[in-house]
Amino acid sequence: MTKPRTFPPLSRFRGGRPRGETAIVGALKTNAVLAILGLVLIIVFVMKEALPILLDPETQREASLGRFLQAPAWQPVSDHPRYGLLPLIVGTLKVTLVAMAFAMPIGVLAAVFTSEFAPRRLREAIKPVVELLAGIPSVVLGFFALVVMASWLNSTLHLGTRLNALNAGIALSLAVIPTIFTVSEDALRAVPKSFREAALALGASRWQTAWFVTLPAAAAGVSAACLLGLARAVGETMIVLMASGNAAILSGSVFDSARTLSATIAAEMAEVVFGSPHYATLFFLGGLLFVTTFLVNMAAGVLVDRLRRRLGGS
Amino acid sequence: MSSVTPVARALPQRSAPTSPWMDRAFVFLTGGAALLIVIMLAIIVGNVLLFGTGTLTLDFLFSAPREGMTAGGIFPAIFGTAALVLLMVVALVPFGVGAAVYLHEYARPASWLTRAVRFAVSNLAGVPSIVFGLFGLGFFVQFVGRNMDRALGLDVLWGQPALLWAALTLALLNLPVVIVTTEEALRTVPPDMREASLALGATRWQTVRSVLLPQALPGILTGTILSVARGAGEVAPIMFTGAAYFLPYLPKSPTDQFMELGYHVYVLATQSPDVEATRPLLYGTVLVLLILTFLLNVTAVMLRSRLRARLAGRT
Repeated sequence: MTKPRTFPPLSRFRGGRPRGETAIVGALKTNAVLAILGLVLIIVFVMKEALPILLDPETQREASLGRFLQAPAWQPVSDHPRYGLLPLIVGTLKVTLVAMAFAMPIGVLAAVFTSEFAPRRLREAIKPVVELLAGIPSVVLGFFALVVMASWLNSTLHLGTRLNALNAGIALSLAVIPTIFTVSEDALRAVPKSFREAALALGASRWQTAWFVTLPAAAAGVSAACLLGLARAVGETMIVLMASGNAAILSGSVFDSARTLSATIAAEMAEVVFGSPHYATLFFLGGLLFVTTFLVNMAAGVLVDRLRRRLGGS
Repeated sequence: MSSVTPVARALPQRSAPTSPWMDRAFVFLTGGAALLIVIMLAIIVGNVLLFGTGTLTLDFLFSAPREGMTAGGIFPAIFGTAALVLLMVVALVPFGVGAAVYLHEYARPASWLTRAVRFAVSNLAGVPSIVFGLFGLGFFVQFVGRNMDRALGLDVLWGQPALLWAALTLALLNLPVVIVTTEEALRTVPPDMREASLALGATRWQTVRSVLLPQALPGILTGTILSVARGAGEVAPIMFTGAAYFLPYLPKSPTDQFMELGYHVYVLATQSPDVEATRPLLYGTVLVLLILTFLLNVTAVMLRSRLRARLAGRT
């Protein structure tokens, strides 16, 4: 094969720089810097509104880090407001776990099928379908879970509460599956052909090749896919807001209603008094979500880099 | 190469009888997972089509809600969505394309600035949409808006949720989409074209403007369409930055609030005083939103696959 032709980036050309060019480079650079600025502003302004929780004694009388952990309940609108985060955190975990329990096997197995077994035609049909699923607005998935799926689940499983963590989790998995599928499929396809050929030459069958060779070789990428899906699930708002019932109760059962961090922000921000402890608390929840998803996404990025380095050599 | 040894180690040591039965079972298992995704999509789309098509009349599309949103149409929501998305594109595309051109054509890949921008872009893409909503409220409405009012000596004009603030929030949310797709498009432009242009004595900017950008246009268009599709469906970022529950009039200026399709779905589904009466309207609104996002996404997918085919042909 001929080596692909490469061309040095324009920055290498050190020839005389005509007038006006410098200004244009400056303007373009400013645009790029805006992306950094955007991220920094998000951090600064979400934190800024949450700061009274850490600094303002007046706010701390109602909402402080200690009270977040000690208060047994989330009752922000009452004569003696209580801001216990435990029910919200448990609710978020419950819904997220249900979503991942559905999305991980479905997404990863479908990716294995698409990259390892599907004929080319079928593969080219499956991928656009997944992209269409990814394109469905989350409010539509929330609507479907609220109006249609909740009734089905209720009539088949005979649950006490119509809107519950299971219902929200399944709907949420629909939003997560495209992420997991797409990233896993990319990782599996990046495994060099020689790995598969070697396994088949050693007498392994097709499923043994896929399960013992290709999947482990792409493990870092598949894990990254699941982490990206996890970050999406934790931060997703509209689906859980509409499908989970939103009762802030402390319960480990997925058949009970659940209130997540994201849904709490969405449901309460509209009625909150500007600058009140409640307002600061909702921004604190937002900061919590930001930090969580940021860390999970970073971990996924590290895994992808590792995969690229491992497979890049061969 | 050395890859054979790890492969041999990865395979089960005790050679299991390689029965074709196991092969078939595994294909069925994984194929079943893929089929399940297709079925789920079909069920959702089928359900919305089945119950929504009856509502979809011209009157529904072009009239305002009536009788506490249990009758009438969704025209204000369609209008509001269009206005929102238009403003977002105007704010988003120049900056996104500019950033991508800088990253791909000018920046040295190893410099700290390039790496910082890439880090910011990839992390911006992962920020939950509700956090964008909080940011829009805290920064645009409370900080920028209020300070503008103070500086202009106004009572309250800018310092409240408005079309402009919602559009800017969505623009930031979609910035990574446009940057990534534009860069991908620039990568598909054959190097010969740059060489030829520079050899003819064009400056770098002339090369970018009259050779690279026209070539990258399908990619820029893809990014724009994808961001419009996402912008039209996102609800969480606009809930506190400008979307209104119900408005008897259409937004006339960027400082007005507006109705939006996605938010209207949420409102109809959860806050209706009469669930049965609202249901046809709800299904109709969902159908309109779904058709809109599907058309946009299909266009983007088709554009992008043509672009990728071009890229594959190059290397």
